[in-house]
Amino acid sequence: MKENDVVVCRCEEITLEEIRSWIDKGYKHFDELKRILRVGMGPCQGRGCRDIILRELSRATGEPISALDPGTIRPPVKPIKAGLCAYGEEVASK
Amino acid sequence: MSDKRTADAIIVGGGVHGAAAAYYLKKAGVKDVVLFEKEYLSSGGSGRSAAGLRQHFGTEVNCRLAKYNLECFPTLEEELGGEHKLEFAQWGYLWVAYSQESMTQLEKNVKLQQSLDIPSETLSPQEMKRRWSYLNVDGMIGAAFCGKDGHINPHALTMAYGRAAEKLGAKVLTYSPVDKLLASGNKITGVVAKGEEWSAPRVLLTAGPWSTPLAATIGLDLPVTAERHNLLVTEPIEPFNCPMTLCLDDGAYFKQVPNGSFFFGRDDQDEPKTMESGNSAKFLEGVTKSVLQRIPFLKGVRIVHQWSGPYDVTPDHQAIIDWTPVEGLWTNCGWSGHGLQFGPSGGRLAKEMFFGEKTFVDIHNFRLSRFAEGDLFPEPAFI
Repeated sequence: MKENDVVVCRCEEITLEEIRSWIDKGYKHFDELKRILRVGMGPCQGRGCRDIILRELSRATGEPISALDPGTIRPPVKPIKAGLCAYGEEVASK
Repeated sequence: MSDKRTADAIIVGGGVHGAAAAYYLKKAGVKDVVLFEKEYLSSGGSGRSAAGLRQHFGTEVNCRLAKYNLECFPTLEEELGGEHKLEFAQWGYLWVAYSQESMTQLEKNVKLQQSLDIPSETLSPQEMKRRWSYLNVDGMIGAAFCGKDGHINPHALTMAYGRAAEKLGAKVLTYSPVDKLLASGNKITGVVAKGEEWSAPRVLLTAGPWSTPLAATIGLDLPVTAERHNLLVTEPIEPFNCPMTLCLDDGAYFKQVPNGSFFFGRDDQDEPKTMESGNSAKFLEGVTKSVLQRIPFLKGVRIVHQWSGPYDVTPDHQAIIDWTPVEGLWTNCGWSGHGLQFGPSGGRLAKEMFFGEKTFVDIHNFRLSRFAEGDLFPEPAFI
């Protein structure tokens, strides 16, 4: 498997090649890639992809990862059922 | 374009209206166009909006502009280069009345829309149940519906305009906040951005709620204030084209978007009046309660995350599209929550105003002086 074929974001099935090509087009911030590709917006909320994307951005910009903006973490952080939010109780099925 | 810091037109604010203006100005042949955006394109109110496209308005000028927007959207992705997928869908927009007073207003709006050839209609609760069996219509008196209305990806729309403008030679400067406007006597002369002076004889202010503090830097008062609104998104489920459904009793709304996710939102007058887009702790419980009451079977769908963003509100919930008393400075802001969808018409108007052309729709009602004159023209269909 070629490195570029690696799936970086499993929620949205985004490969390393796609990440790199959008960075090359000039989108050099995590927030921009998030808005364009939905990376970090899926069920895992960036747990799987954020570090890899920040590493790619660091490589492209020469900035250390610690200097990059990792985007905003939003509630409820881990997906929970709408019924639990509304009524405070788990519902068995859809 | 050279490295000199001058332009024929400077645009302040990279939301949909700024990005669209940059595109239409370049397309019309304006030589040097520079757009300043404090973060990335769509990072303010545009990208954070629920991105509804609708022709349901209660004032004629909004209906006319909305109709034009809907004429543009089907071919816009291609026109703007196709790089950004706009996710345009026409699954309809439903306004639900729970009181006779709301229903009377909806009927009035629909009558106006129909007189302008907008294909909207009023529906009984029985007809709603027939079309969308999953809706709980208890308490509903009726609704207004337009099946041609829909959704677009607000980030993609804004970025597509920005990218298309760039390809035509505009300078799109992201992460470049404007510190202040510059005026000499009663004339705009440029802006200061990141400590550097840029000069231009014309400056367009499209900075949503940030327009107010920017205008204040040259002593111009704009009656545009920020209001934070919240939204959430669910995991995607099999699309069944659930229309945007807005409940006029408590301002709750929901819709499915093309990837299958649902958006839930709800009006909350207690939210802070701020441009800051933080998290609201009480939003999640209130909105899910309210939305599940109308569409109960979504109770098992998982909420993925919530977010917020600012409206740019004016006293009559109408935009300000006008040349200001400061010569060379014009505005397109104050859309009060329905601005995203007006990108195509707003951009076209900005271009026509730049060239001193007769605007394609009469926008006299949007003038800035209406506030001082006490001649407000309230938009009844706002959320």
